[in-house]
Amino acid sequence: MSTLNMLTSQRTGKAVREITLAQAIREALAEEMRRDPRVFIMGEDVAEAGTPFKVLSGLVEEFGPQRVIDTPISEPGITGMGVGAAMTGMRPIVDIMFGDFLGLAMDQIANQAAKVHYMSGGKLKVPLVVRTTLGATRRSAAQHSQSLHAWVSHIPGLKVALPSTPYDAKGLLKTAIRDENPVIFFEDKMMYQLKGPVPEGDYTIPFGVADIKREGTDITIVATSSMVQVALAAADQLAALDISAEVIDPRTTYPLDKQTMIESAKKTSRAIVMDEGYERYGVTAELAAIIAEGAFYYLDAPVRRMGAMDVPVPFSPVLEDQTVPTPDAVVTLAKTLCGRV
Amino acid sequence: MSQSQTTRSEQAQSPAEAERARWLHMYELMLKIRLFEEHVNELYLSAKMPGLAHLYSGEEAVAVGVCSALRKDDYITSTHRGHGHCLAKGASVDRMYAELLGKEAGYCRGKGGSMHIADQDTGNLGANAIVGGSAGIATGAAMSIKMRGSDQVVVCFFGDGALGQGVLYEVMNMASLWKFPVIYVCENNLYNEYTHNSQTTAGDMCARARAFDIPTEEVDGQDVRAVYAAASRLVERARQGEGPAFLLCNTYRYYGHHVGDIQRGYYRSKEEEEYWKTQRDPLKILADWMMEQGMADEQTLGQIAQRVQAEVEAGVEFGLQAPYPEPEEVVQDVYA
Repeated sequence: MSTLNMLTSQRTGKAVREITLAQAIREALAEEMRRDPRVFIMGEDVAEAGTPFKVLSGLVEEFGPQRVIDTPISEPGITGMGVGAAMTGMRPIVDIMFGDFLGLAMDQIANQAAKVHYMSGGKLKVPLVVRTTLGATRRSAAQHSQSLHAWVSHIPGLKVALPSTPYDAKGLLKTAIRDENPVIFFEDKMMYQLKGPVPEGDYTIPFGVADIKREGTDITIVATSSMVQVALAAADQLAALDISAEVIDPRTTYPLDKQTMIESAKKTSRAIVMDEGYERYGVTAELAAIIAEGAFYYLDAPVRRMGAMDVPVPFSPVLEDQTVPTPDAVVTLAKTLCGRV
Repeated sequence: MSQSQTTRSEQAQSPAEAERARWLHMYELMLKIRLFEEHVNELYLSAKMPGLAHLYSGEEAVAVGVCSALRKDDYITSTHRGHGHCLAKGASVDRMYAELLGKEAGYCRGKGGSMHIADQDTGNLGANAIVGGSAGIATGAAMSIKMRGSDQVVVCFFGDGALGQGVLYEVMNMASLWKFPVIYVCENNLYNEYTHNSQTTAGDMCARARAFDIPTEEVDGQDVRAVYAAASRLVERARQGEGPAFLLCNTYRYYGHHVGDIQRGYYRSKEEEEYWKTQRDPLKILADWMMEQGMADEQTLGQIAQRVQAEVEAGVEFGLQAPYPEPEEVVQDVYA
């Protein structure tokens, strides 16, 4: 949705409202649960509490406790049960409150969900969605702030989606729920109140199709999830300096739309890749390598990475705020790459 | 028995004939597993089989007793020591061997191997190489059954080693809370790989399940009649909506942890192995009882042995002759 104030979506022909990312998620879930009786949600405090982020408020009232199920605090257990339910005819959505808790559920995700289809020679399927969160700066310290989507992006058999706008959140979540494979769906907990235009009713966004959030000619900024808004803010500042930045959001780390990033870098000759995961061995490394390989002869500068600082996320605001890339930092780096120091 | 996997010969028979046919069928299944595993060992020793296998020999009464209490559309999840579960639930020996040998005709097109055989058609949701790894899957399948309003039942097989993994307790808690139709069958063969479970497992095994208010039974896992009777009771109550159960089967593995575990003196004695093989053998226990009861004689059992031997040998030959997958298949079925 590049034209933000459209009253009617050109893509869907449906009425468009400004709603929050949390509302977009809730709407996608409610519509899918109405559409398909096999879809259900389970997780900690998902029913009356509607999760600590209130993303699921109202769903248990409509669908009842048989389909919006409060579970014990048992991440491996509920994820494993999601795998088993998915293998036997249901479409479970498992809610892992904080992405940091993926560590608990990792055997079920990486050794079970990701491998069942392949190990069974293609006979068994795991149409499971694991919804979880990422993102720092909530003053939640080291065990409630990490962005660990690189872990699951690494595992063949999994798909990984990370929406950065309410519009993308609704369309990508519907695609995730209808996918025949396990999908890990990351929501930036700091963006739940972000508002944006979202069409009423049904639409989906295919996985593996990047979205150009802003067109530009001088430098490409590839950004995921929480970093998209940072990149867009930086692009505004750069425009004032007469530097035209193109902002690309891959939207899914697997499947990954390599071509859109490469074509953009060929056009602009410079690229920064941004992701809130730890920088070392992270998503930024993969994105940078793809651009470097695909656009090598067109590049005027090395592809540069901006990820979270390689430290456990600290509590003190003075410390925590240093760990995540900011628009100012992007501007500084972009100016350097464009020879405008 | 109307809901169980009855044999053809059980139909239109007197109760006595039906019972005789049932035990003969279980004997045949146990023998099939025994001979299957002996041939697996030979395939390994003659370097015809890639990788390793964890043999079920000695534990046959557990898989056969439990699976005989199930319907074809009931589910099981299995373990790394899972060949017996697969065969008892109805898998065929030829496709099993093909899988163990990495062949296209195998149950998983050669992609799973010994530790990952899954067979949707017989309700086998797959063997798992993480010892407690299938507990979540089994319990989730039971959740699905309840949500779909089906009267299927799930059996989750695992060994005493899996009692060390926490996911089992998480899902038992939920199965009890929500009365899921799942039977947790613990095959206590005394050893967690190469370590006696007295060194790894504190307290009473059944007490773990009782803590969740899950009913438990403990049976002689070498006596298929005892296993079958207990499993039938627990399956029936699960089918009636009365919730999960825990069945502890005390048994013994004749071979090592896997086929390559040959020098076992450092963790268990030859005398112990001999005792189980000669005094506690599940095939012998059932055969002796059937002969005492006049249900079988040497000739009947000999005919069964001949038939099973021929089936297993043909299966080995099928597996050896079957083609490997095409190299291009390596990238197929990563995603559905």
